[in-house]
Amino acid sequence: MLQIKNLHATVADKLILKGLNLTLNAGEIHAIMGPNGAGKSTLGYVLSGRPGYEVTEGSVTFTPPLPDASRGPVTDSAELAAQDPGFRRGTGEAVDLLSLAPHERAAAGMFLGFQYPVEIPGVSNVQFLREALNAQRKYRSEAPLSGAEFLKIARAQADAMGMDMEMLKRPVNVGFSGGEKKRNEMVQMGILNPALAILDETDSGLDIDALRVVGDGINRIMRRPDKAVLLITHYQRLLDYVRPDFVHVLDGGRITRTGGPELALELERDGYREIAA
Amino acid sequence: MTLALPTRRDEAFRYSDVDALASAWPVAAEHIVVSAGETVAHEIVNTADADDVVVRNVEIILNAGASADVRILNAGGRLGRICVDVTCHAGSNFTLGAVQLGTGKQTVEIVTTVRHIEPNATSSQMIRTILSGGATGSYLGKVDVARGADGTDSAQDAKAMLLDRQSTANAVPQLEIFADDVKCAHGATVGELDGQGLFYLMARGLPPAEAKKLMLQAFVGGVFEGNAALLDAALAKLGAMV
Repeated sequence: MLQIKNLHATVADKLILKGLNLTLNAGEIHAIMGPNGAGKSTLGYVLSGRPGYEVTEGSVTFTPPLPDASRGPVTDSAELAAQDPGFRRGTGEAVDLLSLAPHERAAAGMFLGFQYPVEIPGVSNVQFLREALNAQRKYRSEAPLSGAEFLKIARAQADAMGMDMEMLKRPVNVGFSGGEKKRNEMVQMGILNPALAILDETDSGLDIDALRVVGDGINRIMRRPDKAVLLITHYQRLLDYVRPDFVHVLDGGRITRTGGPELALELERDGYREIAA
Repeated sequence: MTLALPTRRDEAFRYSDVDALASAWPVAAEHIVVSAGETVAHEIVNTADADDVVVRNVEIILNAGASADVRILNAGGRLGRICVDVTCHAGSNFTLGAVQLGTGKQTVEIVTTVRHIEPNATSSQMIRTILSGGATGSYLGKVDVARGADGTDSAQDAKAMLLDRQSTANAVPQLEIFADDVKCAHGATVGELDGQGLFYLMARGLPPAEAKKLMLQAFVGGVFEGNAALLDAALAKLGAMV
């Protein structure tokens, strides 16, 4: 699904990523943990193509897999699924991710969950998401969704995250609490239905109940044989809800250790410095 | 009306394109008189071709208790200059919503004078200007409150958005108040598109031009609420600007 080789990247001429290697296969959930300043958020931004984050060396290959034929419908709407069973169609072909613009990466099937979702006054969630989804579909040579078709998907995803439809009609994230913003990220992820989700500290700012709701959302939307997740997190607690297949320690701009879920517990117990030593 | 061609030394023409102005000068005034207690809605639309010069002088007299709602789309011509002169009698109400869009060599400007000559009139102006490619856009807004025009409530809200560093926005709200009990609010800002917001929209799949257009639509949004024809005309021009 995603192959990162020897990735070097700078922010404001400062080298942050220093030879990062990582491979994600379809069906896997990977967690990246690491101390402040290790380059975790930089990795998310570099992968999604944020301006100002410059790759100086290395490669990233993204292969959105063909949809798993046995996969159930993503929305609760069986009708929609019957109408459009391959709601998101991966091509199965490898692309050079770094050569794509941010919107092309999204259309190819990548989703970045923001640590700090941005407030955009005046732009309604629903309008923005419909335009975004249809822009992605156009890029993939799929027919645009009508307003009614889109609203059906949006409603199903909002319901699943316990978000009021009225909130989805409000301007993007404006006046939302920290928890509501993160919930909104998950609703958006459900609607856009990516092959690969990179979730940057999706657990920050969440109380215990919201953490469970968001964790359930990640599992429901992304825990599938034809999808993969890269969870960027400081803390082990999200991993109680979203069980990773692999845990990596990112320190000093490269992966310094890789293990199973038990590595997260070890980190929580001993701290990053102890593990790095 | 003075017949001599103004120069840039005239305060109201300080940022204008006086060369272009020459071809349209002198400009006859259009008169709108609203009878006591009556209400009118008026649209001023300039979507002229890029070589044209459009200069409009609109004079509005609001008699006691009258209301006027004026919507302006000023988006066309080498020079697009819309002047609105409003005289407010007792208890009248003037509302202005204006969008100016300029690109390339265009100069777009809105010049307003609102005279509160009797008590308890209200006036409110909202101006949104978007400029790209080296265009110039100005809002010169004067509010005069005469002696004895107590209870005046006036507001000016002018915001400009520059899509590049070559374009220029001028905002000159002015107040002259000779009454004691008045409320006159004014605000003016010049800014550029929020890069974080743009990246957020693009990361969700919107191509750069679409993302910009969506944010600019939000910027001018409230001005043409409920007026689909004006909004569509504005969006058509915006689509060509991003």
